Amino acid sequence: MAKKSKVIEREEVVVRFSGDSGDGMQLTGSLFSFSSAIYGNDISTFPDFPAEIRAPQGTIGGVSGFQVHFGHSEVYTPGDNADVLVAMNPAALKANLEWLKPGATIVIDVDSFDDKNLAKAGYKSNDPIEEDNLSSYNIIKAPITTMTKNSLKDMGLDNKTILRSKNMYALGLVFWLFNRPLENTERIIREKFSKNPEVAEANIKVLEAGYNYGVIIQAGTPSYHISPADIRKGTYRNLNGNKAIAWGFLLAAEKSGLELFLGSYPITPATEILQELSARKDLGVKVFQAEDEIAGISTAIGASFAGDLAITTTSGPGLALKGEALGLAVMAELPLVVVNVQRGGPSTGLPTKTEQSDLMQALYGRNGESPLVVMAASSPVNCFDYAFYAAKVAIEHMTPVILLSDGFLANGTQPWRIPEEGEFPEIKPPFVEKPAEEWNVYERDPEKLNRYWALPGTPGYQHRIGGLEKDFLTGAVSYDHHNHDKMVKIRKEKIDRIADFIPPLEILGDEDADLLIVGWGGTFGHLYTALEALHDEGKKVALAHFSYISPLPRNSYEVLKKYSKIVVCELNLGQFASYLRSQFPDVVLHQYNKVEGLPFTVAELKDHFNKMLEE
Amino acid sequence: MAENTKQAFLQYKSDQNVRWCPGCGDHAILNALQKTMAELEVPNEDLAVISGIGCSSRLPYYMNTYGFHTIHGRASAMASGVKVANPKLQVWQITGDGDALAIGGNHFIHAIRRNIDLNVILFNNQIYGLTKGQYSPTSKRGFISKTSPFGTIEYPFRPGELTIGARGYFFARTIDKEIKLSVHVMKAAAKHKGTSIVEVLQNCVIYNNNTHQEITDKKYKDDRTIVLEHGKPMIFGKERNKGLILEGITLKVVTIGENGITEKDILVHDAHCEDPTIHLKLADMEYPDFPVALGVIRDAAAPVYDECAQQQIEEIKEKSKIKSFHDLVTTGDVWEVK
Ligand SMILES: Cc1ncc(C[n+]2csc(CCOP(=O)(O)OP(=O)(O)O)c2C)c(N)n1
Ligand code: SF4
Ligand SMILES: [Mg+2]
Repeated sequence: MAKKSKVIEREEVVVRFSGDSGDGMQLTGSLFSFSSAIYGNDISTFPDFPAEIRAPQGTIGGVSGFQVHFGHSEVYTPGDNADVLVAMNPAALKANLEWLKPGATIVIDVDSFDDKNLAKAGYKSNDPIEEDNLSSYNIIKAPITTMTKNSLKDMGLDNKTILRSKNMYALGLVFWLFNRPLENTERIIREKFSKNPEVAEANIKVLEAGYNYGVIIQAGTPSYHISPADIRKGTYRNLNGNKAIAWGFLLAAEKSGLELFLGSYPITPATEILQELSARKDLGVKVFQAEDEIAGISTAIGASFAGDLAITTTSGPGLALKGEALGLAVMAELPLVVVNVQRGGPSTGLPTKTEQSDLMQALYGRNGESPLVVMAASSPVNCFDYAFYAAKVAIEHMTPVILLSDGFLANGTQPWRIPEEGEFPEIKPPFVEKPAEEWNVYERDPEKLNRYWALPGTPGYQHRIGGLEKDFLTGAVSYDHHNHDKMVKIRKEKIDRIADFIPPLEILGDEDADLLIVGWGGTFGHLYTALEALHDEGKKVALAHFSYISPLPRNSYEVLKKYSKIVVCELNLGQFASYLRSQFPDVVLHQYNKVEGLPFTVAELKDHFNKMLEE
Repeated sequence: MAENTKQAFLQYKSDQNVRWCPGCGDHAILNALQKTMAELEVPNEDLAVISGIGCSSRLPYYMNTYGFHTIHGRASAMASGVKVANPKLQVWQITGDGDALAIGGNHFIHAIRRNIDLNVILFNNQIYGLTKGQYSPTSKRGFISKTSPFGTIEYPFRPGELTIGARGYFFARTIDKEIKLSVHVMKAAAKHKGTSIVEVLQNCVIYNNNTHQEITDKKYKDDRTIVLEHGKPMIFGKERNKGLILEGITLKVVTIGENGITEKDILVHDAHCEDPTIHLKLADMEYPDFPVALGVIRDAAAPVYDECAQQQIEEIKEKSKIKSFHDLVTTGDVWEVK
């Protein structure tokens, strides 16, 4: 291989592939991230597609992007800004300028920068470089369309197929930029198009042509080198948050010996969980696509009554519809997991964007005193763990659990180490063990306070439950005021005691920090990366990131009390901060909030924390 | 024998006191249901009785079976979940005209459309009983109630028409106090595979007393109703001399022996035919133009959701290479880090 003219050793790099919805940028991005992961880099990716299914071609509204962040140490976010941008047309260039690092490399397909496309993107002149003042960037003008056509001209393919493989040319060029071998990608392309070997070979040919173009033009163009990350041994695969949630439940079903039932109604960004589990009939999953969210949760409650591990998946507007039925699950004390993949709200809001504004709804959005468990995943791949533990808590404590994810976790990917045998515990459903004559429907486990589960079909244990208040012991309908008081309190106590079964709150960073950052859910990656950056600058900061919100970890107060300056960061107007204040009124909390439908950027967090440290 | 039947019937009663108003039609429906179960000899533990909210929906508490008194309107969805999770259970859904057709209308039609094997008993008292007397989606146009002091200005749903409109394959109608007929149609509903809707004309003595009286009263019942039986001519009347014929595409009441009509001219009831056209006409018959149809009006065969769901799982399990969680996660694009 030709020697590189200039090789830049880097810790980490962010690459953004961007083009028209039809340009295949999602595939390009996934292929690139997969090959980086196999190479041994840690990665984090995030796709960004238009809300409209068929936005007009060539316009900014129709730009589809895929960002990959990879590095030779651990990577926690897809990155704020890109080092390398691939722009397949003028709109993709225009749409992404805001997200570039100074001096970034921009690869453009010059063939698509014609007058028509420039006008569609809103350029007034025919020189976007001049117009947008891009001279400080390293711009690689590659005739991608022409070169793609040239390399395939003898293969007898139709024009449409030829143009569709343009993205492989861009990918080849980026592989050259990062000095990456092509073998793995070629293997995947062959697998992907195994029914259509002609197309596979065409794609590979174009991929290689793109790479070779890099070799030819190398003079003056930097090439990056990123060594493999120091990653824990094991078998890996890439996983996004939605799929991770679906798979977490599959493991929970296996570990509990229960059959998995999902009742759900499609809603962005949660739909993929429904789709993923619909395909898992081979593992016996019963998926019920309901007529609405109310039926989604109601069928799940029915299935739970009948003895399945029952779940329902949705996003904010759907959670609102499920409120009344959630109260029934609280009252009937049946296991149930509700997944809420949060998006921008209120109302239909920003369906494809991320936000953390359903926390209060999850905690309190029901009539009556109706406590339940609220948990939040904090990275795409730990969505797997939290789905598993949400199911475990629901089953073993006989309670509904709301698991919060968000649009950012749902679509972001990371390498996921496949858990080894024994890494996840068994789940033990609290089936009634007493003889039927001695058993009472609402008698409880003395430690956890859960009632016991008697499944329809079991002779002798016939019983009736429902939404009306129940007698403390027998479960018969009771309107007695003392009994109601007792029941309200014991339902709360049952949830509070779950704190004895969850991990304590951990402090990351400096124990004796001058600033404690507090976060919850999907913001972990950004908060932690900001913390590391400040730490490298010699600042003393710590992070307390909550995944269990109701109940809070037992040591929460103890941890918070230790710090004089605390900032709660969330993608809403301060819902978790308010919740913490209601629990610990004497702790002073500052807030850092953003509600733009976007994740935090590490840069803005750093700025803010630095300011707070100076105050 | 009588002693045995009594014994069997008692076996389905729970220890709870029945709390409906004295004289409420619900008592008789409960009796009929317990008799049905006794006659079908279903083991108590294999029965799940699921209800929404309303006077009628209290019924599960009175049954010695598995029971779930859920929330208003959602009984169809809850019951669907129970049946799909465990198809071995015989699932009964207890619901009112408000529960099933107002707040729960969407779930009701979708359960029918899917044809899940549920036996639905729809207590139609044409009123909201539990909330003390507001008009319901089955109240007649012009009906005066607490929320329609000047009469309603909306047409009612006809449960049979709605069932057939939602592609239902079983619809029957009975009267609360006609326990024998109720047991007959409930048994047919239990035997039918798929969603069975049994509409019971129920009297609410407190808020809508005698709403069905003009057809259910002993004095006129024989002349104003017709009990349909599969394979039998559609004859009714105290004198058994009235019948139904088709004239063009409409039903017509005729008198046997008048205008040359003989028994051979009378329509013969075919509950099993898939085409619902005649069933719809029969279900929609209203007094005084027609006798109100009772008995099993429609009972046709169609694929059943819960059976198909189970079958599909079995087939895919058989075919797929993925047999466990481990197989799933290790199949596809994975790599080793050493
Ligand atoms: C969400 C909700 N809305 C309203 C009610 C009040 N409510 C209870 S039962 C009922 C109507 C009952 O009528 P029906 O279903 O015909 O039953 P019936 O009492 O007549 O047997 C209403 C409006 C409720 N319990 N829940
Ligand atoms: S109010 Fe009417 S429907 Fe309800 S129990 Fe009394 S009589 Fe029966
Ligand atoms: Mg009613």
